[in-house]
Amino acid sequence: MKSSRASATHNGAVLAWQLAVGAIVIAAWQTLVTLGMLDAFFVSRPSDIAQRLSTWVVSGTLWGHLATTLEESLLGLTAGAALGISLGFGFARSPMVARVFDPYIKMLNAVPRVVLAPLFLLWFGLGIWSKVALAVTLVFFVMFFNTYQGVRDADQVLIDNVRMLGASERQLVRHVLIPSALTWIFSSLQTSLGFAMVGAVVGEYLGATRGLGYVIAQAEGTFDTTGVFAGMTVLGVVVVIVSGGVSRLERWLLRWKA
Amino acid sequence: MTALELESVAREFVTPDGGSYRALDNVSLAIPAGAFVAIVGPSGCGKSTLLNIAAGLVPPSSGSVRVNGEGLSGLNRSATYMFQQDALLPWKNVRENVALGLVLAGVSSAEANARANEWLARVGLSAFAAHYPSQLSGGMRKRVTMAQNWILDRGMLLMDEPFSALDVHTRQRMETELLNLWEATAENAEVAEKNSSPRAQRPLRLKKTVVFVTHDLEEAIALGDEVVVLSAGPASHVVARHPVALDRPRDLFELRTSASFIDLYRSLWAVLRDEVIKSQRDA
Repeated sequence: MKSSRASATHNGAVLAWQLAVGAIVIAAWQTLVTLGMLDAFFVSRPSDIAQRLSTWVVSGTLWGHLATTLEESLLGLTAGAALGISLGFGFARSPMVARVFDPYIKMLNAVPRVVLAPLFLLWFGLGIWSKVALAVTLVFFVMFFNTYQGVRDADQVLIDNVRMLGASERQLVRHVLIPSALTWIFSSLQTSLGFAMVGAVVGEYLGATRGLGYVIAQAEGTFDTTGVFAGMTVLGVVVVIVSGGVSRLERWLLRWKA
Repeated sequence: MTALELESVAREFVTPDGGSYRALDNVSLAIPAGAFVAIVGPSGCGKSTLLNIAAGLVPPSSGSVRVNGEGLSGLNRSATYMFQQDALLPWKNVRENVALGLVLAGVSSAEANARANEWLARVGLSAFAAHYPSQLSGGMRKRVTMAQNWILDRGMLLMDEPFSALDVHTRQRMETELLNLWEATAENAEVAEKNSSPRAQRPLRLKKTVVFVTHDLEEAIALGDEVVVLSAGPASHVVARHPVALDRPRDLFELRTSASFIDLYRSLWAVLRDEVIKSQRDA
């Protein structure tokens, strides 16, 4: 109990410092622009960005774009996870298939996703699906490698023990291999979610009619740096909030770990 | 009746450099049903391989294995296996781990849980049913493992240095608990025959056959009806079998200083010592 109280004060101190660091950077930024040492045309200024954000919130334009980006990210995450987990599992269970496809998987993973974006626009159009596809290509590999590793890494003693206790092959998969892989998959949830959002935003940036990436691209097209920074701020805040939620989910799912 | 019979069993492994390593050579051993047999030998003498063969996890390269008179193919379904390492599923809590074998066998979860609770009470861990293995001490994890094995009530228990990772005192307690469980099965069987009221206390089968592998001669004598000494590897084989004529139930806290224990220890150590020296010279 003592240690948890100590870590609670610790957490408080960390939060205070985090806020302080943010405040100092914003204050310095604002001051440097006001003093004319930085040009507001290139870097905007915090007060303008705040004003722009409040305009977006009050007028309601923000929500539609945000919802689109989140929808694409979530669809990308789900589809990428489903594909990555099932293929990772299949590969881990059949070493022959894994060896045959190994060079292809590596080649595909090496393709920079920005190169794929125009292709996806061509194939799936300007709507959400080209962005979902881009997110899938990013999430898939994280999930695939983690699942593959997780299944291959399952402790042989656990497998032997469960088999001695009477497990069939299917029960072995269910009680040992899947949970073992899940620990790897859950621990990569943060990364996957980040990738899903990157996929969605990059897709929107390169060609869309809605979404945060679209907002940023529009602002850039008119040299509206304030709009660019406001869009980036929204993205950053959303990522912090969502990843906080994912951390809690991960802690709960892996609560059996010491 | 013979519970486990190994006849001229040998086992070779392929070494990383492509050669072959003969772990066991010409091991013949018959273990009567209901006996507690302790197998000792220096480290690296193939004791674990011997158990893995008896469990059906590893097939012998040559020779035959018979369980209750029948040739063994595949896993030994008459036995449970207590491994040297922790083998509890870390993502299942204590009760789920104990109930696992029953769940795998298709017992309803209500029934499995009820019986797991009985076993948790028997090993003194009722208060920890909802804990995860990572939250338990080493001794507690061993007790959970014992319950996980015993709940299946199979006739044979294979144990591979199950307590070697524990400190001396915890280890002695676990040995005592193991003997209590093992001796209780015999009494229960008698009670069960006399008093056939079905729900009173779930009667266990007749006394279990235990094959207990250890590198500790003291532990082997303290627990076993018989001590089997294996030679140093490679090509390990049986060099001596010695009955342990100590009364049961045994008081493990006093036993080790008794004159008959010390005599037994002396004569068995005379055999084991040479093998230990051999194994160390080769290493």
